[in-house]
Amino acid sequence: MADNSERRVISVIVRNEASALSRITDLFSGRGYNITSLTVAPIPDSDYSRLTIVTSGSVRVIEQITKQLHKLIPVLRVYEHCDIVEKEMALVKFPITENISDIDTLCQAYNGKIVNVGENVVIAMVADESKRVENFLSAIRRYNPKEIVRSGAVALER
Amino acid sequence: MQISGAQMVIEALIAEGVDTVFGYPGGAIMNVYDEIYKQNGFQHILNRHEQASVHAAEGYAKASGKVGVAMITSGPGFTNAVTGMADAYMDSIPLVVISGQVPMSLIGTDAFQEIDAVGISRSCTKHNYLVTDAADLPRILKEAFYIARSGRPGPVHVDIPKDVTAQIAEFNYDIELDLETYKPHTKGNPRQIKKAMEAIASAKRPLFYLGGGIINANAAYEVRELVAKTGIPAVETFMARGTLSHDDKLLVGMLGMHGSYAANMAMSETDLVIALGARFDDRVTGKLSEFAKNAAVIHVDIDPASISKLVNADFPIVGDVKNVVNDMLEQVSVVDSANYESWRETIENFAELHPLTYHEDAERIKPQWVIERVGELLGDDANISTDVGQHQMWTAQFYPFSRPRQFMSSGGLGTMGFGFPAALGVKAAMPEKVSVNFTGDGSILMNVQELMTAVEKKIPVINIILNNNYLGMVRQWQTLFYDKRHSETDLSVQPDFVKLSEAFGGIGYRVSTKEEFDAALKDAVEKNVVAFIEVIVHRMENVMPMVPAGGSLFNMMLLEKKGSK
Repeated sequence: MADNSERRVISVIVRNEASALSRITDLFSGRGYNITSLTVAPIPDSDYSRLTIVTSGSVRVIEQITKQLHKLIPVLRVYEHCDIVEKEMALVKFPITENISDIDTLCQAYNGKIVNVGENVVIAMVADESKRVENFLSAIRRYNPKEIVRSGAVALER
Repeated sequence: MQISGAQMVIEALIAEGVDTVFGYPGGAIMNVYDEIYKQNGFQHILNRHEQASVHAAEGYAKASGKVGVAMITSGPGFTNAVTGMADAYMDSIPLVVISGQVPMSLIGTDAFQEIDAVGISRSCTKHNYLVTDAADLPRILKEAFYIARSGRPGPVHVDIPKDVTAQIAEFNYDIELDLETYKPHTKGNPRQIKKAMEAIASAKRPLFYLGGGIINANAAYEVRELVAKTGIPAVETFMARGTLSHDDKLLVGMLGMHGSYAANMAMSETDLVIALGARFDDRVTGKLSEFAKNAAVIHVDIDPASISKLVNADFPIVGDVKNVVNDMLEQVSVVDSANYESWRETIENFAELHPLTYHEDAERIKPQWVIERVGELLGDDANISTDVGQHQMWTAQFYPFSRPRQFMSSGGLGTMGFGFPAALGVKAAMPEKVSVNFTGDGSILMNVQELMTAVEKKIPVINIILNNNYLGMVRQWQTLFYDKRHSETDLSVQPDFVKLSEAFGGIGYRVSTKEEFDAALKDAVEKNVVAFIEVIVHRMENVMPMVPAGGSLFNMMLLEKKGSK
């Protein structure tokens, strides 16, 4: 199945109604497609939500995914993106004993900053392309991160 | 007007022109059944199992072209109905299935007969609804019928909690539907159609590949005209049987795993596949990489997701096949039928080399004979349903179908137990035709309780049980591919089918000669009550030709020539 499998970002505009999200996730599991990440939030001043799904597959599989998504009754539009601006956020918790200025400098290189300092931990935030977020996460490994949370990608066509 | 949710269901069904509802009552749907008791706008047929209710609604829908309606209760009533919904989903049959649900206040508490019905039906319906307010019910029911019948048809499930059926709200069915997110594309792209017609005109060996979508779209007579005017040979899928009449000279036959030699060879040799409402199912294509290997593909389908799903389409046309074929007919003059003369001869030679036939046996009736014989005796006067297995394939191969909607069978899902209840629905939809169900000794027992429905409602379905004391199709695979280890397929221990039918108030015949069969069929048609005709047939007969699963279409196992044994 994974002939020439490549990463793709798909956006779905779907009516805000009960079970709309499970219709979409059921479709992926039922037909054996991958979901790498999925984000969803309502579109302001409308009855719709926007999902950003990162998936992978061959050209034919991606074409099937977009067609099958579009077949779902509450789905208004499906975009399979080519030329996009893509961002993902990550939050990382460090022990306060780590070198905070080093961490802050690294964060700034990845479009982020320290967002919270507590008694025992600091929390840093970055927002960048998914690939760069991964680079950041490997760069900060030596500062003993205690917890990492990633948001999944959101994307807009240029 | 202000009425209860239960009354709304009745009013909506009547407004939709429903004349028959198949169902089974229970706790959560009782408010609706109370209103059914009080009304006389439609008849309710009480099946003896919810699965049968849905299959009966399918048979009704397939025969009539209208939306079939089934009604069931929550919990086990609903789960019993799931097989029927899945069957309708695979074969694109328009249904509205209405189920009761526990009251809203109990949802999520593991209440008595509670199950997450919409969670289960999501993957086997075109769409589904959980109604949470009676005020939404008119819109939801109207949408359900519209979605079921439009675009690529399919089953729609509406789950209604018991308190919603008791709730009073405003009912107005005269509403405009505004489905911003659902707009089926019914008109084919004119530029693509023109290109497709040019491709047909310049092809040397074009072949129509006719699918069940033609029957759903009521386009069979337009397709007959297109085939006749172009002079291009046609193969039919299992689901498309009856699109062309059996005596149409351009009908090569059914293709696929049990297709005729000529049909499968034509598909292997063609240089242009003209697919109309067909979906390149694995039982049709065999090994995909070898399927119509040297052909370009025109693919007409209402469902964009069917196009280029398995076989790449060079000329994709999304649209209702009736519209598209009518557009093609307008440009049919670009095609010269004389160009395909030698291609037609090639196909005729295929048919002469290995015709679709069988060898008679002196001792026992061959099952294929029974099907041919019913064709001779009843022909166009019968609607034919089947169960699933060898008898089903023989019916598709040997019955002389002459019109669309004459043949109802479970194609995609392959549901044993489909035939008898479906034949009840067929008879309810078209009482003027004889309703015959070809079945096997395995399949018939999977919904045999419908004898009671048929007796009570006086629905005279004739079940012809081709009894080989085997689960025949599985036995055939075991014989051919499992070194004759007939694991759990020997059905030597059986009920007395004659007494079984009689116990319910039907009639029964056991026949083992051709004369007995003729007499039994004649008698059953005249008696006009539900009948079992048990025919003792040859035990080890195989369905041939056969393309082994995953093999190439042109590599068929063929009937041994007589004398070559």
